[in-house]
Amino acid sequence: MAEITLKGLAHSYEKTPQSAADYAIRQMDHVWHQGGAYALLGPSGCGKSTLLNIISGLLEPSDGDVLFDGQRVNELPPEERNIAQVFQFPVIYDTMTVFDNLAFPLRNMNTPEYRVKPKVLEVADILDLTPLLDRKAKNLTADEKQKVSMGRGLVRDDVTAILFDEPLTVIDPQLKWKLRRKLKEIHERFNITMIYVTHDQLEASTFADKIAVMYDGQVVQFGTPRELFERPAHTFVGYFIGSPGMNFMAVDYQDDQVMFGAQPLPVSEPIKRAVASASSNNIKLGIRPEFMAISSSQTTDSVPIQVVSVQDLGTYSLLTFKLNGQTFKARLLEGHPPVGETAFAHFNPDKVALYIDEYLVETGHE
Amino acid sequence: MNNKIPNNRAWLLVLPMLVLVAFSAIIPLMTVVNYSVQDVLGPNATFFTGTEWFKSTLNDPALQAAFLRQISFSLIILAIQIPLGIGIALIMPKRGWQASAVLILITLPLLIPWNVVGSIWQIFTRGDIGLMGWGLRELGVNYNLTRNAGDAWVTIILMDVWHWTPLVAMLCYSGLRSIPEAYYQAARIDRASKWAVFRYIQLPKLTNVLVIAVLLRFMHSFMIYAEPFVLTGGGPGSSTTFLSQSLTTMAIGQQDLGPSAAFSLIYFLVILLVSWVFYTTIMNMQKDKPPHGGA
Repeated sequence: MAEITLKGLAHSYEKTPQSAADYAIRQMDHVWHQGGAYALLGPSGCGKSTLLNIISGLLEPSDGDVLFDGQRVNELPPEERNIAQVFQFPVIYDTMTVFDNLAFPLRNMNTPEYRVKPKVLEVADILDLTPLLDRKAKNLTADEKQKVSMGRGLVRDDVTAILFDEPLTVIDPQLKWKLRRKLKEIHERFNITMIYVTHDQLEASTFADKIAVMYDGQVVQFGTPRELFERPAHTFVGYFIGSPGMNFMAVDYQDDQVMFGAQPLPVSEPIKRAVASASSNNIKLGIRPEFMAISSSQTTDSVPIQVVSVQDLGTYSLLTFKLNGQTFKARLLEGHPPVGETAFAHFNPDKVALYIDEYLVETGHE
Repeated sequence: MNNKIPNNRAWLLVLPMLVLVAFSAIIPLMTVVNYSVQDVLGPNATFFTGTEWFKSTLNDPALQAAFLRQISFSLIILAIQIPLGIGIALIMPKRGWQASAVLILITLPLLIPWNVVGSIWQIFTRGDIGLMGWGLRELGVNYNLTRNAGDAWVTIILMDVWHWTPLVAMLCYSGLRSIPEAYYQAARIDRASKWAVFRYIQLPKLTNVLVIAVLLRFMHSFMIYAEPFVLTGGGPGSSTTFLSQSLTTMAIGQQDLGPSAAFSLIYFLVILLVSWVFYTTIMNMQKDKPPHGGA
């Protein structure tokens, strides 16, 4: 059983990092609790894989500590940490049969053969690999190979965490769904900590209980899929989660009003006060496309917009409009009355979020 | 659906290739086949002999001895060069200027022409001025490759190992470089020992280049001519006379066109057969075994 703690962790691939830009992982603290199903979500090159390799011990961090149950393990090589890792491209031992592949980690630990067999059969059964046990691993399909490499992580009794590095990249879409469910099943059955790296928000939210969103070498938010959607802690999370992402407006405070360029915005009192007292110039309001109401008639707290296009996406329509020269997206539910070229947008005041220097500022409403 | 357009002029497109192959392979080979079944006494005096030359070649004790020597030679150098080449490839530096430097150093022997290799080693092993010959003599070793068949064999094998192991090493090196890093990482996580990494990751991934290496080295060594010819001239006695040298003596020295044509064909077929058997065996090893009990 392991709780994985990252303390003041930072990593740079340079020998003598000069600036913050040289760091693949910036100073961070994080705790992965025992038995959790976590996803590490972020765009390519944000440091997800680096972080994973540091946890597994393939990389030694330049600064900070990795703790397993409070024990510092920085110097321990991967073989001495009780973790398993599944890579983006399935790693299998070509010349061995599926059975031997699964038995490999056990045999490397000199497990007696009478204990290897039942364990391998059990894992093969869970992963539906039983009919393939006698086949050479080389001749399997990509998803079967990936199951074999997962299986090698599961056979060891001492494994307390399995790390997945975008394991479904090479798998066909229909099979992805099946494998993801399999992973969930395994997680529930074995009570193993699982950390799953992906750049696909759907994959992350279906697999994980909690998602850590990484951006530019830092975890910018750690929360449930719902929290990430409803209260993005960073503009990047707002933009990255949801399809399409959050709309942002750079605003300032003039004449007792919150202005988006020349357009005064009707906002709640707490936001207005926070904008007025902000010391930074980088102030943004964020609103999700789901939380805007579009109508043809003006009300006191709506703003005039120019409609650019309406795209019918089946269960909903996506409205693209311009406000103050900037492009916005709004979701219209099925059966929404058609809108003309000029319309009015109403922002649900409870759902408008304030970002100062890219980070969410709690304003007390909702 | 059959939308093929019958057009016999398409054969014209095959013609250039056919002509090329005819001149480069088929016609010369057929000439040899033609000679192998005739007794050629002069330009206009040839007699059909059927399989006589083949029988006499196969029953010639000198050729049988040369054949055995040839097989032993090829097996010995394969047994040394393949493991040695893999070993060298494993310890070669992987990146940086050291990698380039080692690659260049290792390639050097490959660039030297066969005759020159023979001459280099001929001088190198001389007892009076050659470094190795002189050195061994000074150390009290009774080394003389013109008198002692054992010395001659050791020297020829040493020479071939020096000349051709780099080829095996380079092929293996390229094979090793193409193994993705994830394999090594997975092996560490699976707690594989160094030996297990070699046995289950590196060696399997090297199979393809090793097939090429073994085939090339087998064919090369089975046809070896210039190096031993220059170094020992086939001696002492006939202890290092290999097949190609026997053939040259027969065809050029004695002008026995019929028997040497038969000999050439047998020689060619042996190489073809061994290469084919070897290749098929290796390829079959990679397939799944048929399920037991007819399941």
